[in-house]
Amino acid sequence: MSIYLNKDSKIIVQGITGGMGAKHTALMLESGATIVGGVNARKAGTTVTHKDANGADVELPVFGTVAEAMKETGADVSVLFVPPAFTKDACIEAIDAEMPLIVVITEGVPVQDTAEVWSYLQGKSTRMIGPNCPGIITPGESLAGITPHTITGSGPVGLVSKSGTLTYQMMFELKDYGFSTAIGIGGDPIVGTTHIDALQAFEEDPDTKVIVMIGEIGGDAEERAAAYIKENITKPVVGYVAGFTAPEGKTMGHAGAIVSGSSGTAAAKQEALEAVGVKVGKTPSATAALAREILQSL
Amino acid sequence: MDLMEYQAKELFAKHGVTTTLGVVVETAEEARAAAEQLGGVTVVKAQVKAGGRGKAGGVKLAKTADEAFEHASNILGMEIKGLTVNRVLITPATPPEEEYYFSFLLDRSNRQYLCIASVEGGVEIEEVAKTNPDAVKKVAIDPGAGVDAAKAREIATEAAFPEPVFEQAVTMIEQLFKVFVEEDATLVEVNPLARLEGDKLEALDGKVSLDDNASEVRHPDHEQFVIREEADPLEAKAKDLGLNYVKLDGQVGIIGNGAGLVMSTLDVVAYAGEDHGGVKPANFLDIGGGANAEVMANGLDVILNDEQVKSVFVNVFGGITACDEVAKGIVGALELLGDAASKPLVVRLDGNNVDLGRQILAEANHPLVTLVDTMDGAADKAAELANV
Repeated sequence: MSIYLNKDSKIIVQGITGGMGAKHTALMLESGATIVGGVNARKAGTTVTHKDANGADVELPVFGTVAEAMKETGADVSVLFVPPAFTKDACIEAIDAEMPLIVVITEGVPVQDTAEVWSYLQGKSTRMIGPNCPGIITPGESLAGITPHTITGSGPVGLVSKSGTLTYQMMFELKDYGFSTAIGIGGDPIVGTTHIDALQAFEEDPDTKVIVMIGEIGGDAEERAAAYIKENITKPVVGYVAGFTAPEGKTMGHAGAIVSGSSGTAAAKQEALEAVGVKVGKTPSATAALAREILQSL
Repeated sequence: MDLMEYQAKELFAKHGVTTTLGVVVETAEEARAAAEQLGGVTVVKAQVKAGGRGKAGGVKLAKTADEAFEHASNILGMEIKGLTVNRVLITPATPPEEEYYFSFLLDRSNRQYLCIASVEGGVEIEEVAKTNPDAVKKVAIDPGAGVDAAKAREIATEAAFPEPVFEQAVTMIEQLFKVFVEEDATLVEVNPLARLEGDKLEALDGKVSLDDNASEVRHPDHEQFVIREEADPLEAKAKDLGLNYVKLDGQVGIIGNGAGLVMSTLDVVAYAGEDHGGVKPANFLDIGGGANAEVMANGLDVILNDEQVKSVFVNVFGGITACDEVAKGIVGALELLGDAASKPLVVRLDGNNVDLGRQILAEANHPLVTLVDTMDGAADKAAELANV
């Protein structure tokens, strides 16, 4: 079991012919994910060829629209490698086509575009992950995004993180246990899937035994997650928060990673999480050690 | 990017919001000339990206041009919340009869926009929220729907703008929303929004924050708001090199890949520093996925130019990036820099092709480079080397 993504997921790539799209289509195929095609209006009717996990050639059709791609392939996931200026339109196209899951990798999307997409999404059937995220991996089953599939395999840990590299780092730290699903929700001020959404899904997933939640400065997503954990989560949760040394008013790489006045600090987030019984590690390896302790006692 | 008052007012004027631009000057002489040109009583206002300028003595009324000269002499060079005042804005003094507050902002928590309005303005809105919370009205804005005339009217009614300026307020709310969406702002604030003599509504002060992503994608004209001499010289240099760098006040230079991992690296170094004379991280620098020799050399170049830096910690987790590429990048960068590379480097590599990466660094055997296996261990070593 897993959340949002499994071995039956059929993935298309919006922007499959671009540099990033091509590179990561190849890596997703190599991981064993089922990629069934791509979208680029200007190259509709052509194909692209990559290798699958066994090294055999796979010829993927390029469609003019998401709706057409879904009709022809039965795709239920779309991964977007679309330049930031066009990301809003690409998302709306996928939402209109009723794509169940869209994973928006693109960094640098104007936040008002994301806000409009989020507004448009209300009451519709699509789940959005990202933007500005590494995507989602269910090790051994599927990969929709850019997370390296070689770090670790399937196991009892569920991971949700704002950061890509901290996702990789944590998967690496706990590679001997493995992960049910690891999801990078993205570091922008507005994202589609939140810590809370992932926590809820992990709570419902029988194969997830321990949840690791990684946050960082900016906004109040971690504080909200803490309140949610208190009321709704029965599984053990271990937390990590990055950015204790970040100065006020400076954006630290991620567009959303900024301490504004006294709000959005790492200390406040740690405090909120600890107040509801979440053990928070001081460093990534200390966090992994906390998760390890719980895993050993199961 | 946060704008200064005069820049915010330029954007207000562009979208039809009633405001008075005034004259921006950098010397007291120019302040005198501007006050003479404007005639009558003027206000000399410090231009820095910080609130509380009035309280800090950065806003003064000048009855004559000579007084404007005097105030400008005092205000220019003054520090407000750690920021040096390099320019002042001279505007005609227009004493308000009433002061209101108005803003549009990005509401991260609720993933929409928020309008905050109050007929009690002129002071910090956080203060009003404490002393008279009922006077602070909040109206959620659906980003899909925006603010049309009807919504503007709804907001003005909720805020209870008085009758003589009500229609002007409705118009201005629509115009301010235009500033918010058409310029891709994350904050547009008018405080005070003033009722002047003759029931004239005017934005007397303004604060605008622009979304950097949007400026990059579709507002090349926002470049005009960047004031290069206000930026930290190392940050300006890094920006020119296309690096994601933030200068901090410490001794351990940091290079890493991925914003989250770099933030985490800063924290881990600060903890390690507690055992090594209190050394701290000197910067944030995310080189992303492209850890080739050129990017690495550029990063090192910026960090080694920071005189406070005593050691450098390169912390890379090879996800998509292979560690052998990173190792080659480090070796190549040290060759490129030659004698300019003068401070010890602690390197921690893990992930994709880690053995090959470590082997490359071991074989290069550069006298400045120490390879440490774990992030915590490497942070400790880098802090130790910086504690000299």
